[in-house]
Amino acid sequence: MSEHLLTELTIFILAVFVGFEVISKVPTTLHTPLMSATNAIHGIVLVGAILIAGTQGNPLGPLLGIVLVVLASLNVFGGYTVTERMLEMFKPRATTPKKTDA
Amino acid sequence: MIADTVNPVEYVYLVAGILFIVGLRLLGSPKTARFGNRISALGMVGAVGGVLTQGIVAWWVVIVGIAIGAAIGISAARSVKMTAMPQMVAIFNGCGGGAAALVATGELLKRIGAGETLSVDQSLTTILSAVIGAISFSGSIIAYLKLQEVMTGRPIVYVGQQVVNGLILIVMLVAAGYVIAGQDQVTALYVALGTALALGILFTLPIGGADMPVIISLLNSFTGLAAALTGFVLNNNVLIISGALVGASGTLLTVLMSRAMNRSLTNVLFGAFGSVKASSGAKSESTGTVRSVSADDVGTMLAYANAVIVVPGYGMAVAQAQHAVRELAENLEKRGVAVKYAIHPVAGRMPGHMNVLLAEANVPYDALYDMEDINPEFERTDVALVIGANDVTNPAARTDTSSPIYGMPILNVDKAANVVVLKRSMNPGFAGIDNPLYEDPKTVMLFGDAKKSIEAVNAAVKAL
Repeated sequence: MSEHLLTELTIFILAVFVGFEVISKVPTTLHTPLMSATNAIHGIVLVGAILIAGTQGNPLGPLLGIVLVVLASLNVFGGYTVTERMLEMFKPRATTPKKTDA
Repeated sequence: MIADTVNPVEYVYLVAGILFIVGLRLLGSPKTARFGNRISALGMVGAVGGVLTQGIVAWWVVIVGIAIGAAIGISAARSVKMTAMPQMVAIFNGCGGGAAALVATGELLKRIGAGETLSVDQSLTTILSAVIGAISFSGSIIAYLKLQEVMTGRPIVYVGQQVVNGLILIVMLVAAGYVIAGQDQVTALYVALGTALALGILFTLPIGGADMPVIISLLNSFTGLAAALTGFVLNNNVLIISGALVGASGTLLTVLMSRAMNRSLTNVLFGAFGSVKASSGAKSESTGTVRSVSADDVGTMLAYANAVIVVPGYGMAVAQAQHAVRELAENLEKRGVAVKYAIHPVAGRMPGHMNVLLAEANVPYDALYDMEDINPEFERTDVALVIGANDVTNPAARTDTSSPIYGMPILNVDKAANVVVLKRSMNPGFAGIDNPLYEDPKTVMLFGDAKKSIEAVNAAVKAL
């Protein structure tokens, strides 16, 4: 194993632990938005997609390159939009008074 | 990247990684969750903005790709109904997995094309991200088709399924071995990709609809892992960090969901729950007597109760009854009836599915109670109103050691003074298991579409 891989593996493992710590504090009520939010975060693969499809010597060719960027962008834009839509629905009791006469 | 002078974009990536972590942390409370998602989005904008400074030549490919992806993604996400949320998340997840597989493939082709010999480290991480991404891609598509009911949600099983899957897995591993060993890497990569796609399909086919929360979480974790691995391939830390976060989150939810059903992940993946049990459940389907009542009776019962607990299940989602339920609850509260909602961890088709649907119908989140918190309250409850939930209320899970769901934690609706079950018909639930709750003398059944039934009950309450 190269020293370089070891460094990356260290980052990876520490990030996994951070992930467990942070996510275990999320209440059940928010599990669907949480899933959707993390789903949007793995859209970060768009960074990789741009590096492959946009830089010199795209090995996939322009057509597959576009497909790649489209897939990753769908993940990013769709993911964040859906999460935002879910979260704007979560309201505490105070903002929904019983007098909804309208 | 190991140089004395650091590429400035690395700082941007570092900040983006921190923003993702902080964003997820803020998702821990309903009050800050929306802000958290925006913080995470800011991290994404930063990271993508950063990569655009890294020697892009094919601008049109990048711009056209992002424009198409953004247009379709945003419009689909805006127009999708809340009840269709699980399949929407599944399809976006699949897109991410597919992208990860293509990134890994592209990088391998690029290096080989440039005449480089890949080190074992490089080929190992490349083939792993390609294969895991491909499994996630095809698996998510099958999950989407099942949830969208394009294909049956029931487990699809055939003789020798495990053997076929096992053989394909072996072919995939051998091909992956060739890539790592540096033998015929391009051909081996394509074989590995093809078999991985097939495995994603074949592993998801036998998963029943009721097990979807587990499989959706698992596929999410796969895509996270694939994204992290592309970070190893491209030597990109922000990909590693964010992929690891998602992988951890998906894994944690997968474990929580399996535990909520008192089953191991292996059992969920390979048990083909529902298909086998359906046969044993079907024969005793019609025994026992159930009491069927009218909507007016239910209306009277609810209106004169002190405390009511609503137990929603997938049936509520299918009938889109959440708005009608909220209206009924409001009318009952006007009459002084205390209404609470009991949410089983695996009710619905994704983790927390019921919470989102009820939130959509403007039910305040503090009226929703987790299983542990609400179970002691059933004893003090006059009416438990079960709307399209079945197995999560089955008392056989507590008492009948021969029941396939024995040991699964359930909502103790049978402890309530009265139980009203809204159901489409007397067909057994998804897992095909008899529910003795329906034959309990204090249980009454209201048959029909959940939305229409609730509206009729609500009309009866108003008329009193």
